[in-house]
Amino acid sequence: MAADGSLAVSAASGTGRASSLERFARRRSTIAFLMTLPLLVVVIGLVGYPAAYGIYLSTLNRRMTGFMEGDWLPTGLGNFEILFDSDTFWMVVWQSCIFAISAVLLKALIGFWLAHMLHHIPTKGQRKWRGMLLVPWVIPPALSTLGWWWMFDPSYSSINWILNIFAVPAVPWLGEPWWARASVIIVNVWYGAPFFMIMYLAALKSVPEQLYEAAAIDGATSWQRLRYVTLPMMANIISITVLFSLIVTFANYDIVRVLTNGGPRDLTHVFASYAFQVGILSSNIPRGAAVSLFMFPILAVCAFFVLRGVTRRNKEQM
Amino acid sequence: MSRNGITRRNVLRNGAGVVAAGALSAPMVHAQGTGGTLRCGFWDHWVPAGNGIMRELCAEWGRANRVEVNVEFITSVGNQNLLTINAQAQSRSGHDILSFPTWEPAAKHELLEPMDDVMGRLAQKYGEVTPAAEYLGKVGGKWVAVPAVSGTQLKPSCTRFDLMQQHAGLDMRAMWPAKAERGPGADGWTWEAFAAAAEKCKAAGVPFGLPMGQFSDAVDWVGGLLTSYGANMMDARGNPTIRNNAKLRQAVEMLVRISRALPDDVWAWDDASNNRALISGRSALVFNPPSAWAVAKRDQPQVAENCWYAPCPAGPEGAYVGYLPYFWGIWSFSRMKPAAKGLIEFLSERPQAERQTNTSSGYDIPPFLSMSDFRIWETEGPPTGFAYNYPVKPHQNQKTSVAFAPAPAEFAVQAYNNGLNTKLIARIVQGGESIDQAMGWVERELNTIRRGG
Repeated sequence: MAADGSLAVSAASGTGRASSLERFARRRSTIAFLMTLPLLVVVIGLVGYPAAYGIYLSTLNRRMTGFMEGDWLPTGLGNFEILFDSDTFWMVVWQSCIFAISAVLLKALIGFWLAHMLHHIPTKGQRKWRGMLLVPWVIPPALSTLGWWWMFDPSYSSINWILNIFAVPAVPWLGEPWWARASVIIVNVWYGAPFFMIMYLAALKSVPEQLYEAAAIDGATSWQRLRYVTLPMMANIISITVLFSLIVTFANYDIVRVLTNGGPRDLTHVFASYAFQVGILSSNIPRGAAVSLFMFPILAVCAFFVLRGVTRRNKEQM
Repeated sequence: MSRNGITRRNVLRNGAGVVAAGALSAPMVHAQGTGGTLRCGFWDHWVPAGNGIMRELCAEWGRANRVEVNVEFITSVGNQNLLTINAQAQSRSGHDILSFPTWEPAAKHELLEPMDDVMGRLAQKYGEVTPAAEYLGKVGGKWVAVPAVSGTQLKPSCTRFDLMQQHAGLDMRAMWPAKAERGPGADGWTWEAFAAAAEKCKAAGVPFGLPMGQFSDAVDWVGGLLTSYGANMMDARGNPTIRNNAKLRQAVEMLVRISRALPDDVWAWDDASNNRALISGRSALVFNPPSAWAVAKRDQPQVAENCWYAPCPAGPEGAYVGYLPYFWGIWSFSRMKPAAKGLIEFLSERPQAERQTNTSSGYDIPPFLSMSDFRIWETEGPPTGFAYNYPVKPHQNQKTSVAFAPAPAEFAVQAYNNGLNTKLIARIVQGGESIDQAMGWVERELNTIRRGG
């Protein structure tokens, strides 16, 4: 490669003008740009443009005829100002955090436990169990949530029917606020735990067996093996999986929409379901866009800390 | 050839001229007509035959007017119709005619073709339009969409007359017979009597199936009760009218009383839960169009045979029934406005309206009060005549109501979709708040809605 980054051109190639064009086309940076162009187009078209348009929408007034004026925030940020003053919105922020954090923690714990269980099953039987445990994750969530909704149905819950057989009183799964929140989290955990399981299983399989052997020689207990061998070796994958799941769970829409529609009394709304209610159902698209944009700073802060941890660990290992 | 004065050059020149003239003057020729293609997106009807009749009527009109009419049906399941409306409004492209649910004409009025001419001609022929349709379909005194027949529903009392007689001592068939008169006891059909009946039916194990969540069935019946007490939450200028509102307090107290006589799980009910309560035989009364009866007729005929419609109970300021209309609107960016107006006018005329209502077993409600005498409501059954009092008729002294009217539509739609009226009651009954606390909350919410339009 030449000093300017172009590839060596072997044969004499026509006029000077043609050769400079040819050189430009053969530069590595040009080829790299051209090859990444399709991906760039997809990212800009499907991520960049909608995000920018969402930000633009959030600055408009309800009729989308001009920028939204604020009392104490600058023009264009009026929708955010109104949200700051809304009891319901702060309740949604609080609920989104409860929902996402508790669901991700439960998914991580259950996924970790399942991965350990599977890891200790012989390979032949493991495949069968792995397949079965992945089923919740491969069913479209809107469909599986509908099944859960039937089980939680306020009047005809099949779970309550079973509970009644054992003389346990019926549970108001979707009618009482804390039960409704628990129901939404249960369904999210049921759906998302297999993803953690499969990621952690892959991570477990990549931990060198020699480390466990060395630990065993040193007389480490099983808890110490887990604490000082398994967890440090899996730390990066745990961090990345938690971050990814946090983003997806924060943005969850279908489970809340199908199961509770945000009720009772808005006590199960999360950002996405509330944004849909405000933006589409109530014909206030700019305010709905402002609600959904609220996820961004929260997730950006989480992503910053998680990725900083990953980078630091990588440097330590190098 | 040149010997006859016909040169190759002349032939080519003349030929090109003929082809050009033909191409320029030719009308837009489509499959069956010469009037272009009209694209319609109608609501996907709950009653399967409801789509068939719309297709049939459009084809008839298309043949008569030499216009090709493409008809699509857009479901409201998962709010698909709302997503379609918003997508088309954003992209300024799509159908020519769309079915707009309750609040959408007001929300999209700047993008809708004025329909005063069509409504003027229809009103001349058929008279007065139901007031709730006027509130929703008129913006700034101008019609922005035409109240549709297909999909428009009312939510009066669909009672189990056997259970009401047995447990509440009310003979609903005698009170509201299948003829244009009020029977004995009809004047006593008030919210007081209703609450007493609800308490008796709950004690008997067949409570009234009235949802109290934030779906439209819940918001509509609670809105009707509030209106019948003259209890508005917001005035026509958009000012909250919560503070020191004695009528609102009185209505809230009545709603609290009624909601304590409902099943414990009504706070989580959706629009299908009340249907199921009636169909399963667990409930003595629901507020619903005849769709629940239609399913019961198929699956639980013994339940359907005991159903009977009555108007909504009256409050101090009259009886108001929940009204949930669809509208037919034309996008301002449509290129087929005259044809679209012609089709909408055709669909709204009495013979076509009656065919739509007949096909939907009486479900569809035309917007003109003069059309409340279709035969289907007298003949549909069993029991024959059960739906006679489903539409609003003069002898009922009942009016249509839209929750949160007379607030400006851009505020009312937000309060409606947030279910502020049902949440107000839920905060008291389920959340344990005092009436003052709950009313303070709803006032703050209305102020939030009002800010920024």
